[in-house]
Amino acid sequence: MNKDLRRERDSASFNPELLTHLLDGGAERTRRRREIEALVLNNPDFQHEDLNFLSRSQRYEEAIRKSALMVVKLREYGIADPDEIYWFKSSIHRGRPEPLDLHLGMFLPTLLTQATLEQQDRFFMPAWNLEIIGTYAQTEMGHGTHLRGLETTATYDPATQEFILNSPTVTSIKWWPGGLGKTSNHAIVLAQLYTQGQCKGLHAFIVPIRQLGTHDPLPGITVGDIGPKFGYDEMDNGYLKMDNFRIPRDNMLMKYAKVEPDGTYVKPLSDKLTYGTMVFIRSHIVGDSARSLSRACTIAIRYSSVRHQSELKPGEPEPQILDYQTQQYKLFPLLATAYAFHFVGAYMKQTYHRITGDINQGDLSELPELHALTAGLKAFTSWTANAGIEECRMACGGHGYSRCSGLPDIYVTFTPSCTYEGENTVMMLQTARFLIKSYTQVSSGQLVSGMVSYLNDLSGQHIQPQQVAARPTTVHINDPASLVEAYKLRASRLVEAAAKNLQAELNRRKSQEDAWNRTSVDLVRASEAHCHYVVVKLFTTQLSEINDAAVHAVMNNLCLLYALYGISKHTGDFLQAGILTDAQVTQVYQRVKELLAAIRPNAVALVDAFDFHDNHLGSVLGRYDGNIYENMFEWAKKSPLNKTEVHESFHKHLKPMQSKL
Amino acid sequence: MPMHSPAMLQCLGCKHYQGFQQSQMAQWNRSGYFRSSGSRDVNPDLEAERQTASFSVERLTTILDGGADNTRTRRAVEAVIHSDPGFSRENQYFQSQNERYEEAVRKAVLLKEKMHQMGWTEDGPETKYCYRALGGDLAFNVHRVFKNSILALGTDEQIAKWIPLADEYHIIGTYAQTELGHGTFLRGLETTAVFDISTQEFTLNTPKISAMKWWPGDMGRSATHAVVFAQLYIKGKCYGLHAFILQIRSLRDHSPAPGVIVGDIGPKMNFEHIDNGYLMLQNINIPRENMLSRFSQVLPDGTYVKRGSDQINYLTMIVTRVQMLWNEVIPMLLKACTIAIRYSAVRRQSKLNPGDPEAKILEYQTQQQKLLPLLATAYAFHFMNAYVNEFYNKGYTEIKQGNFDSLPELHALTSGLKAIITDYCTGGAEVCLRACGGHGYSALSGLPFLYTKLPASCTYEGENTVLFLQTARFLVKCLATVHSGQPIPPSAAYLSSVDSGKCQAWTKMDFLKPDIYAEAYRHRATRLLGNAATKLQTLVQSGAEQYEAWNKCTVQLVQAAKAHCYYIVVKNFIDTVEKLRNEAEIQKIVKHLCDLFALHGIFSNTGDFLHDGYMSGDQMDMVTASYLDLLAVIRNDAVPLVDAFDFTDENLNSALGSYDGHVYQRLYEWAQKSPTNQQVSQAYASYLKPLFQSALSKL
Repeated sequence: MNKDLRRERDSASFNPELLTHLLDGGAERTRRRREIEALVLNNPDFQHEDLNFLSRSQRYEEAIRKSALMVVKLREYGIADPDEIYWFKSSIHRGRPEPLDLHLGMFLPTLLTQATLEQQDRFFMPAWNLEIIGTYAQTEMGHGTHLRGLETTATYDPATQEFILNSPTVTSIKWWPGGLGKTSNHAIVLAQLYTQGQCKGLHAFIVPIRQLGTHDPLPGITVGDIGPKFGYDEMDNGYLKMDNFRIPRDNMLMKYAKVEPDGTYVKPLSDKLTYGTMVFIRSHIVGDSARSLSRACTIAIRYSSVRHQSELKPGEPEPQILDYQTQQYKLFPLLATAYAFHFVGAYMKQTYHRITGDINQGDLSELPELHALTAGLKAFTSWTANAGIEECRMACGGHGYSRCSGLPDIYVTFTPSCTYEGENTVMMLQTARFLIKSYTQVSSGQLVSGMVSYLNDLSGQHIQPQQVAARPTTVHINDPASLVEAYKLRASRLVEAAAKNLQAELNRRKSQEDAWNRTSVDLVRASEAHCHYVVVKLFTTQLSEINDAAVHAVMNNLCLLYALYGISKHTGDFLQAGILTDAQVTQVYQRVKELLAAIRPNAVALVDAFDFHDNHLGSVLGRYDGNIYENMFEWAKKSPLNKTEVHESFHKHLKPMQSKL
Repeated sequence: MPMHSPAMLQCLGCKHYQGFQQSQMAQWNRSGYFRSSGSRDVNPDLEAERQTASFSVERLTTILDGGADNTRTRRAVEAVIHSDPGFSRENQYFQSQNERYEEAVRKAVLLKEKMHQMGWTEDGPETKYCYRALGGDLAFNVHRVFKNSILALGTDEQIAKWIPLADEYHIIGTYAQTELGHGTFLRGLETTAVFDISTQEFTLNTPKISAMKWWPGDMGRSATHAVVFAQLYIKGKCYGLHAFILQIRSLRDHSPAPGVIVGDIGPKMNFEHIDNGYLMLQNINIPRENMLSRFSQVLPDGTYVKRGSDQINYLTMIVTRVQMLWNEVIPMLLKACTIAIRYSAVRRQSKLNPGDPEAKILEYQTQQQKLLPLLATAYAFHFMNAYVNEFYNKGYTEIKQGNFDSLPELHALTSGLKAIITDYCTGGAEVCLRACGGHGYSALSGLPFLYTKLPASCTYEGENTVLFLQTARFLVKCLATVHSGQPIPPSAAYLSSVDSGKCQAWTKMDFLKPDIYAEAYRHRATRLLGNAATKLQTLVQSGAEQYEAWNKCTVQLVQAAKAHCYYIVVKNFIDTVEKLRNEAEIQKIVKHLCDLFALHGIFSNTGDFLHDGYMSGDQMDMVTASYLDLLAVIRNDAVPLVDAFDFTDENLNSALGSYDGHVYQRLYEWAQKSPTNQQVSQAYASYLKPLFQSALSKL
């Protein structure tokens, strides 16, 4: 092991293994996770050449190969628990997407929730056995967020008892579904249903798209890959165009809505339940934000303790770049953020499971808040993690730009989560809608509960900034609980400001929609402040659950750093609301720098605790043993440009030119 | 300090006015899907935007180009380049690293022929427009750095020997400075050159793996020669870093020279067309004449002679930064804005009012708030060019006369501007990418290419944090000068002025007065620098060593340097608006952009201005109100404002950003050409078919 890294590890003040248990949710779960990862690591069939050296087609093929094997092995090992499946899958695909994601994550679950029993008989088992591979085709080239705007049509023909599917315009071509381009032979297609001359809105249909046996597109189907993207090389995101393509009546998913043989339309009972799936997927993205940022921090912090550069003290050897204050200032707040998001992700998962229990018993009361909270937190964490990964890459100087660092890959794989499953700005505005609703409720004298209950404190006060401001000086910058209060005040002030601005626009006789649009910048700020408060609160709550004193001490520092750094980046909000004084803000800046120095000796141990295997990390710079330079050289020698000693372009272009000139 | 510029730029191959811009898509033109600007059939949504422009787009274009003559020349050059299918970039996004490299070599050769044929010389006005038209798709950019380093550091004899060979491409050179383990800190480089009096030769060695040269562009596969930086040893004594010319590949069969291990460093985030390389030297002997000896020489008896000042080399570094900013970096932000804003005027999503059709996403305040401040930033940065040139020309004249007084200021100014501009352009391109929803992630939008290319600029030619600290060091010195009552360099002269300590605005309209916001920025810059300097002094007085105190203040010093640079940009934007007094319509819209740039900067950093009570909470609410009002005003001219950048469709190479706005058709047609749709994949036959077979009988 590199001697710098060894020294860092020897001097840690706590046992990282204990922290790993905390992150995994217990020692037993850590053990089981490692056991499952070992099943992948020890199986040579899951190993392959570095994906950075392969073309897109080759990467796709590698991914398909591993996915097919994965399904076989999952059943062979009897791995069925969702967490365990996730560990197995992310170990095999090393955190990257794979072509069966939509089949496993959308096609099968949709069959389970929206297909009738007869339909499940026909489709589920073949799909379970991968004889059918399906995708979920909703987004169109010209339409994403606004589902009512989708243009694909399914027109019922009672004469033949078939639906006729059409993509009437270029903008209506299905675009982006994963696994659609090359892999799937079926798709669940969302289309506007027309029967008896009337549009009945969006419904889901099972559409065969490729010939079983030859895998050729069926007549009337145009399907293909949408081309190269920013990352997602393994995924065949596809397009689908349908021209008078007929499917039998019972290929419409009819558990809720129905079309009778004569074309009579039967309405569904309620659609609130679809909230559940969205909540689940978005809460997963929060966890993913934490994991991706953790990987990036692991790489950047290990590298920063191995890399030496310039001189701090004249005459001394070049110091580790981790000793520079500017480097610590880049990386440690991100490290704290990664931990914060871990706890938020865990909280959301628990809440989801708890509420799902309630829902099954018919209690939907908590769903709107949870839905609003997950939307905002999905946006808040993915935006922050996205910027953080990039910051980590920049902090590695030139070598961060090489794909051997693994950071470009983490970045391009993660970034799309700012857009998919709900574009982030749209998500923030959904949370804002809930906040404004709660605020209005409070203003009319009703109390609200849950994470927004702080709004109750505003009630009956006719809320003037000065009054909120009257409370401030109680903030103690070394007390996490006091900082939670500060964030709470900031959130209530910004929610209030947005609500008032909205009202002011309405008073100018703007329509509801217009006024909303004119206030949306304020509304997004309010949502961000709310989410920030929730994260600080959850991190602080987590501290009380840590028993080991050494771990508690280091986590307390991280929690303080997270909260204080956030304040230092938004001092305007805290000053303007009178939550903090000028003098306190100066103290905050100072305290942040002290915390950087306090965290410095434990930085490597803190990333070790994330417990990423080198294989999963996929980074020469972030290797556990820190032997980076010799391994960069080994890696580079395998580059495609080095396959021959003299590149063919020498003979084709250089040599002829030299003789010509 | 470096004898030459800090190093990654040459490595990545985008040095100098080699800011080779985009190239073309002639094949597409033939297929009819990629029409150039000015074609008739335009998406009505874009047409409507253009009809309501408040100013003449053509007039603004000529202002941006620095005169109608320049616009004419540029368009003529673009026409020549775009009409040659050999420069097409249609397939660029589909190509592998190997293919990209080969294309870049082919195009570099083709361009050389084309320029010769057109009678364009390398120092003629057409050159930079060729680069704009071609984009980054050319090899041999570092070859030019190789030549420049010989011109700067070589004796007349050395120049006479090597430059003609290099001019004719009889040799291809690279510039090998950065090592695997060493970048910013040049004294830490480990490659050695030991002089042997008995043979009159230098022996070059890579003593360990971290000393391997790493990153130089054109080195991995192309170069035959290299200028190598190594620590010079004579009779056991180290004389520091010097430059040596050596041959690394055979001129006959291109195989590596004996003792040379050379290759490509592997895939990167972008720059796949450049063969960034590694180089290991094992007892390579070169004659004494191969040390570049303009400023220092080793005599046959081993005597080391130093002559003249090599300060002139700082100038090279400064020129490099300046050219890279305006020819490479800033245009990428301009392109990203063009793509995202045109797309936002064509894309419709959700409804603003029930009953209306879906609204253009550009109507949404949140979309305006993402894109319009970037548009203002693009203009702000573009206008800095004139300011920096003026500064540079004045300094250059003085330096030529042997007066180096203005060098530190020029260096500090360009360092800070390089850092702030590359930071903002990189961040901006990503905002543009994400503002285009899902389609932004398609390589065919052109945005992933811009986004992955830009961040390299935050590292090469000086890592940004290091550069901000260099600016800060200069400012701290200036502040000391202020206190001693001596004259201060012009760019920092404001440090000596006194302000009232309170913002003088009473209404939101007051925040549209340049004096008001300029003063606010000046106050912030002065305050942050003052705080950092005081802290530094306190630490030193309390017994900390200078270096230790400096490290403890670096976070604050970086903030101070950023505030300084931001002030300079705002101030120059204000001055630019004033100079447009004879262009009423244009002055009006540019003034709006200036206001937006300034107010957005305050809105995004409210704490900096509220701290110490310079602004009150009420004033901050006025800033926000004015800022949001401006978004709605500029929105009306957003498309004309990007049209004025006058990028051809071939330049943009984007399905979303083309002039005619037919985004969906283009996206669909282009995607079908993807190799994933053109080539047979084994995935189905090998892995999927066996799975599907058993379904046949059941369905």
